[in-house]
Amino acid sequence: MLKINGKEYNYDGMTISEILELEHYEKFRVAVERNQEIIPKAQYDSVQVQDQDQLEIVSFVGGG
Amino acid sequence: MSEHVKEIKNPVIPSREEFYQVLAKRHGTKLQEKFSQASVAVCGLGGLGSLIAILLARAGIGKLSLLDFDRVDLSNLNRQQYFVDQIGMYKTDALSRNIHRIAPYCEIFTHTIKITEENILELFGQESVICEAFDNPEAKAMLVDAVLTQFPEKYLVCASGMAGIGSANLIRTKKITSHFYLCGDQVSELADGEGLFASRVAVCAAHQAHTILRILAGLQDN
Repeated sequence: MLKINGKEYNYDGMTISEILELEHYEKFRVAVERNQEIIPKAQYDSVQVQDQDQLEIVSFVGGG
Repeated sequence: MSEHVKEIKNPVIPSREEFYQVLAKRHGTKLQEKFSQASVAVCGLGGLGSLIAILLARAGIGKLSLLDFDRVDLSNLNRQQYFVDQIGMYKTDALSRNIHRIAPYCEIFTHTIKITEENILELFGQESVICEAFDNPEAKAMLVDAVLTQFPEKYLVCASGMAGIGSANLIRTKKITSHFYLCGDQVSELADGEGLFASRVAVCAAHQAHTILRILAGLQDN
C-alpha cells in the first residue's frame, strides 16, 4: 500500500504515468512528489512506486 | 470637511539610507539586512505577480527579476497593478516604473520573454527564490518541473486556485517539499462565471509574498 495525497491506494509497482491515467490527472498540469522529492516529468514512464511510498500529486488549475 | 487632494510636484526622493532606516525600524535590522541582500524572481506579472513584486519591493527586497512576455490590456485593470496610461506597454516596463515610484532603490532586472523549458537555464542566476505567478496551468507545471530539477538549491513558491468569489479563507499555503510551497485553494479554476476577483487574487498574492519573506527570514516551516 502507498499513500497519494494522504489516501491509501494499492498501486504498488505501477509507474507514475499509469497512476496519473488511472486517477484521471493530466500529465502536463501536475507536479508529482514522492517521499519529499520531485519526480521529473521525463521519468514518469520509468519510476515505479513501492510499498510505503508517500506520493503528493499537485494538479494546477488556471488563473493568476 | 472635505479637502481637495493636491498632487505633489517633484517630490524630494529620500536617500537609500533613509529608506533602509524606516524599514529596519519596522522589520528589525536583522531581517531588513536579509531582505536588502535578497534577490527574487517573479514569473508572470498578472494579478498575482504584479502585486507580489510590489509587496516585495515595499518590504525592501534588494533585487527583483520581473519576467513576462505580455502587454498591459484594459481587461487587466480590474486586478493588476497597472494604470490606464500604461495600456499597451510591456508589463515588465510598466511594472518596473510603478515599483520605482514606490521603491526607487530596488534593483530591477526585466526579461520580456516567454519562459520555456529551453530558455529557463539562462533566465535564472542569483535569485534564491523563484515565484510562479502564471495563469496557465501547463506553464505552472512546466516551471515547477524545470526549477526543481535544474535549480534544486532555489526555493519555489507557486499558486493554484484563486478564481471565483468563494471564501478567501480557503486560500492557504502548503509546503510540498523542503523547497516547494503552494498557495491557493488548489481547486478554483478560471471558468465562465468564475472570473478573477482582485480581492481573492490579492489574498493569494499576499500568501505568496509572505511565504517568500518567511523563506528569506529563515523560517522555512509552514
